[in-house]
Amino acid sequence: MSDDPKDNFRCPLPISDYPSILVAHGGGGKLMHQLLEKMILPTFSSDFSNNLHDSAVFEIAGTRLAITTDSYVVRPIQFPGGDIGTLAINGTINDLAMSGARPLYLSAGLILEEGLPMKTLWQILQSMKQAADIAGVKLITGDTKVVDRGKGDGIYINTSGVGIIEHSLKIEPRSVVAGDAVLVNGDLGRHGIAIMATREGLSLETRIESDCAPLWSSVQSLLSAGIDIHCLRDLTRGGLASALVEIAETANLHIEIEESHLPVREDVRGACEILGLDPVYVANEGRFVIFLPDSQVSRAIEILSRTVSGFTPVRIGSVLNGDRFSVTVKSTLGVARLLDMFSGEQLPRIC
Amino acid sequence: MKYLDEYRNPRLASKMLERIAEKTSRRWTIMEICGGQTHTIIRSGIDRLLPDKITILHGPGCPVCVTPVHIVDKALELASQPNLIFCTFGDMMRVPGSTADLLSVKASGSDIRIVYSPLDAVQIARDNRQKEIVFFAVGFETTAPANGMAVLQAYEENLENFSLLVSQVLVPPAIEAILSAPENRVNGFLAAGHVCTVMGYHEYMPLAEKFRVPIVVTGFEPLDILQGIEMLIAQLEKGTCRVENQYRRAVTEDGNLHAQRVLSELFDVTDRIWRGIGMIPRSGLTLKEKYRRFDAEVRFGLGDGVVSESSECVSGLILQGARNPFDCPAFGIRCTPEKPLGATMVSSEGACAAYYRYRAKTLERTG
Amino acid sequence: MCLAVPGRIIEINDAADSLHRVAKVSFGGTIREINLACVPEAQIGDYILAHVGIALNVVDAEEAEKVFDYLRQMDDASGTKEEAL
Repeated sequence: MSDDPKDNFRCPLPISDYPSILVAHGGGGKLMHQLLEKMILPTFSSDFSNNLHDSAVFEIAGTRLAITTDSYVVRPIQFPGGDIGTLAINGTINDLAMSGARPLYLSAGLILEEGLPMKTLWQILQSMKQAADIAGVKLITGDTKVVDRGKGDGIYINTSGVGIIEHSLKIEPRSVVAGDAVLVNGDLGRHGIAIMATREGLSLETRIESDCAPLWSSVQSLLSAGIDIHCLRDLTRGGLASALVEIAETANLHIEIEESHLPVREDVRGACEILGLDPVYVANEGRFVIFLPDSQVSRAIEILSRTVSGFTPVRIGSVLNGDRFSVTVKSTLGVARLLDMFSGEQLPRIC
Repeated sequence: MKYLDEYRNPRLASKMLERIAEKTSRRWTIMEICGGQTHTIIRSGIDRLLPDKITILHGPGCPVCVTPVHIVDKALELASQPNLIFCTFGDMMRVPGSTADLLSVKASGSDIRIVYSPLDAVQIARDNRQKEIVFFAVGFETTAPANGMAVLQAYEENLENFSLLVSQVLVPPAIEAILSAPENRVNGFLAAGHVCTVMGYHEYMPLAEKFRVPIVVTGFEPLDILQGIEMLIAQLEKGTCRVENQYRRAVTEDGNLHAQRVLSELFDVTDRIWRGIGMIPRSGLTLKEKYRRFDAEVRFGLGDGVVSESSECVSGLILQGARNPFDCPAFGIRCTPEKPLGATMVSSEGACAAYYRYRAKTLERTG
Repeated sequence: MCLAVPGRIIEINDAADSLHRVAKVSFGGTIREINLACVPEAQIGDYILAHVGIALNVVDAEEAEKVFDYLRQMDDASGTKEEAL
């Protein structure tokens, strides 16, 4: 046995199963959760790491700020309804918005692969500019690196963002209480299916466009109307299910949603049916759930439908008391079943 | 969506449930042999809405679950070869062989592609003539025509870089094996609708007669399954043992003769090992001599090694209806979808995975 | 097992041989190419059951209604009047 402490380090993941990283470790499901819980969070533990949220909130000189970072590795880099540039800006803005923070400044790190056409890069930069302008944020610092051909998928982007919190609410999983209603701002699964449809081997023809959208203006309108928001979470990889399970776990409560209330467009459902996917696990980029007092549901729905066209907010469930955390879905026949985080990537199935 | 939504109508379902309850006077154990039906039953909660007197068992209805370890190992061996594109349905990616699964082989750099159809794999072969393309042809009778058609297309187009790793199994021999087992407690069967779409249901008539069990060919939506159960219970209560067809919109007695012609052109019936169950005589398909060069096992000279399975896993007994997933001491503890001991936990259609996903043990106790 | 989903044929591309006859099939608006070799009788507008890229059969529209006829009879028998389906 060597004396180097690195060699004696015992990896807490079940190494016998996966001695190296799988795509599923980044899929937003259980494997990723495991990686975070077992390796990343304990290594960097701080006051922040036990209240996991889309961004971290801290205070400087009496001002509450939020900070977040996200890397974008989507393939294809251009897809119906957006491209990696749109995602890189909106995704980070949304992570700030989910803490109730007004996004202010962003940084961007571009990792370019040798051979990426200048024209594609230009289009992506224009998308970034456009998305930032729409959201009223400024991209103020950045970095560019180039890797050898074959070492990247054309382009990877990392963005970090800083936002300011201008209200006194604590928008985080721990503020969720039994009795809260759960809303979602629109139909589920469009982004994931739009991306999946372009994959070789699946070759689906759809008119489905990614739902990629900035969410700050919706959050802002709820805040300025005085809605008592308890928690927000944008639905990205891992879909609605993973977001709800994470919140239920942090808040230690029972969330129950109604299958028949879940909004899914007919063509998205069609794609899910033939690929054997469950829309609650499919990725979104412009959808978020809102936890708020039951009494404010109709006002919140009215505000959300007014502020952003194309959003059709619906109430999908409620928060209940429970002796242990769980998320259940009431089937159309009225039976509650457990909703779990997905194990990894959702794969198309035949049976 | 037409032909789906109307069969999910909750009002009609509760009517059907009332009807089933009225008809049931004694204890009955029925088995479905179709992962799709397992999924619908557990997901919609039909098993918990049925009268207590009815027990539903989930048989070996998932071709992914029953693909034996040694074939998965062959898939892993092939997928690791350079200059080869290994194509598969998404389901097979996480099925463990004796040491690894396709996901981890992919992680180490192999070219493994998930396709929707075997015909998409043929297209990949057309587009990559300098590479070998192998498609992992798992499935029951439902999937066999598509797998066969991929070979037919390759044959007619003289596509010499395409082959199948065949693990095709047949349902009736498995039913016969279950009914012949001394511990059998199945009173009636829901037969898998889509298998019968291809094969028809005349093969089930001798089984119903020999073992004195009613069999109802059943569809996949909640109303289909409830109606299938109702028809089965009606027969059980009357003591009849006919083969009936609930899924008439998709199944005829003779099945699809065009699809059957593809099967008889391409395949011979052969003995097959079912994961968790063992060898079942004449329960699978293999490519005929004429198409042997499209058989990946022959083409790449793969050996015959058979590997034993995890000793703790009771998936075989679960598949035969002799155990319930909750009876397994490893369930949810040493065996989870992330770390499956056996195939019934791997496939999302597997009985253990369906129980794990939708009905954790604790929920079962408190709920 | 065996996920097979009903979809509507919106376009047929007749090939020289029946083995390569394919259709564009709509599943709630999402379209996928499906091989029709096993359903030579299929026409535009028909609903087929698609499984892993091939059509297994044409859905029998008349039979599809019968399960509902049956349920309506149950309604009548129990004397309750329910809204039409």
